[in-house]
Amino acid sequence: MRASTDVQTPHAESPVRRRTRLADNEAWLGRAMLAPAIIYIVALVGVPFLLALFYSVTNISVGHTEVRFVWLENFTSALQNPTFLRALKNSFLFAVFSQLLVIVLATILASALQKDFPGKWLVRLLILLPWVAPISLGSIGWLWIFEPIYSVINWTLRAIHVFGPNTWPIWLGQPNLAFASVVTVHVWRLLPLATVITLGGFSSIPQDLLDAASVDGAGFWRRQFQITLPLVLPIMLVALLFGVIFAFTDMIVIYVLTRGGPYDMTQVLASLAFFTGIEGGDLAGGAAIALFLFPLLAASAIFLLRVARRAEVI
Amino acid sequence: MALAQRLKRWGARGVNFGVLAAFATFAAFPFAWMLITTFKQTNDLLDPNHNPFVYHQPPTLEHLRILFFDTLFGRWVANTLFVGTSVVIITLALAIPAGYSLARLSGKFGEKLGIAIFLTYLVPSTILFIPLSRVVAILHLQDSLLSLVLVYPSFTVPFCTWLLMGFFKVIPKDLEEAAMIDGLSRFGAFLRVIMPMSVAGVLTVIIFTFTLVTQEFVYGLTFITAASNLTLSVGVPTFLVRGDVYFWGSLMGACFIASVPVAILYNLFVDRFISGFTVGSVKG
Repeated sequence: MRASTDVQTPHAESPVRRRTRLADNEAWLGRAMLAPAIIYIVALVGVPFLLALFYSVTNISVGHTEVRFVWLENFTSALQNPTFLRALKNSFLFAVFSQLLVIVLATILASALQKDFPGKWLVRLLILLPWVAPISLGSIGWLWIFEPIYSVINWTLRAIHVFGPNTWPIWLGQPNLAFASVVTVHVWRLLPLATVITLGGFSSIPQDLLDAASVDGAGFWRRQFQITLPLVLPIMLVALLFGVIFAFTDMIVIYVLTRGGPYDMTQVLASLAFFTGIEGGDLAGGAAIALFLFPLLAASAIFLLRVARRAEVI
Repeated sequence: MALAQRLKRWGARGVNFGVLAAFATFAAFPFAWMLITTFKQTNDLLDPNHNPFVYHQPPTLEHLRILFFDTLFGRWVANTLFVGTSVVIITLALAIPAGYSLARLSGKFGEKLGIAIFLTYLVPSTILFIPLSRVVAILHLQDSLLSLVLVYPSFTVPFCTWLLMGFFKVIPKDLEEAAMIDGLSRFGAFLRVIMPMSVAGVLTVIIFTFTLVTQEFVYGLTFITAASNLTLSVGVPTFLVRGDVYFWGSLMGACFIASVPVAILYNLFVDRFISGFTVGSVKG
């Protein structure tokens, strides 16, 4: 507000520019420039979200004309469905396992990337590939790597005699292996993002601080654990938060690799919502399942707001 | 002493190199594997006793010929370009003015609104795709690329508005104020002074929007069933597999061709996106 009055004073004093043009009315202009984006977002994010809430308390389905309220029935029947409970558990397990691995690996990788060396740009490009390439296509690559008969992993492990000559683990067909495979692909996909964010955190640490610690006799590990890590912790939390959101809400990896199988053992909330709501036509049931994602997302949003506010204070 | 220190330095360098080599292999292996598979003859691929790292038969272009002439791959490339271009135009038209308004014209309230807009980016497609499938059906856009053109800006606009707001904020206010004293209106100053300085920001938004469009999967899978109207990210994983028959050579060729150029393009701008992601809490 203060800035705008400063700006308008010269106009007010100049007799030529006395007429108030719309293009100069800052409050009006501000709203007019913002409105289209806000309307678009409200219409295509806000309204569908309310619709999802509405659907979840009705019995709406594809080709069903009479819609009536069933209130919490969709939620209670979901909670009694073993497949749903499995999916709920899996969503958490996939997110937690993959992000624990990601945080540890990202810290190691970011430490290794701190120094400059020839060819660094190429290493960076290779490491970033999984994040920047479309994940549905990357997952197809993994589908081929995990192929039951022609899997390159199996061939290699047999060739170096980790497996006997007639061992044929079916990566995506055995529940534990399928779980590990999905976690591997999530780690592969989300590690680059966490690494780059952590690297940004590392480079924001003043070099004087590390030099001073060295002069005082702190070795590499001491500097790492007592200076670097505590300082990058808030930023790594941001990386963790995005990783959890992406892993928790993802259905692409599951859809391409396992379709939730074997026997729904790798089903997650997002994929179950798709199979129920779109392939099964039970819009209400699917919407209710998808809404179970919401509490975690809301918590993440609140956390992110707090980080943002703290960043402003700094 | 000097020798011990030198050994230690070489040791540290070796560890560093080993760590980086291991991670780079893990990250890039699926793509290298796509490339190797693309040129292998089918009976070479489908022999479990063959060393998969070696070509037992001469490389072939047959898989690529099938991909380009016997599948809808070319059509999907065209569809993706069409949707990408349309969404870029809509995103720029909405996000540039909104970003400027939030940066300069909306004061303290604008800052809060900016964060609120950014947070809508966190509402995932997995919550919205069921109601949106009804909206698309009501508008008679099922099976049409226009459904994607309509819906994709709902996730590109929030993030791009946020990015552009950051860009506009770092341009000194004096520039517009000087232009306005020279007789331009506020809007004129925005068009003639600020926009020419924001080419980098606009370019970032274009690349980012385009890559987000090529990566999107859930809406494409939900809204479109006709094979000829799919985009790359949905068409390749769903329609290049016929029944249970996987044409691995063509499939891997498609994945490589469709993902690596996008990846390299995105890579050029990745640092800007990351600073957007971290809500400015990372400087540098």
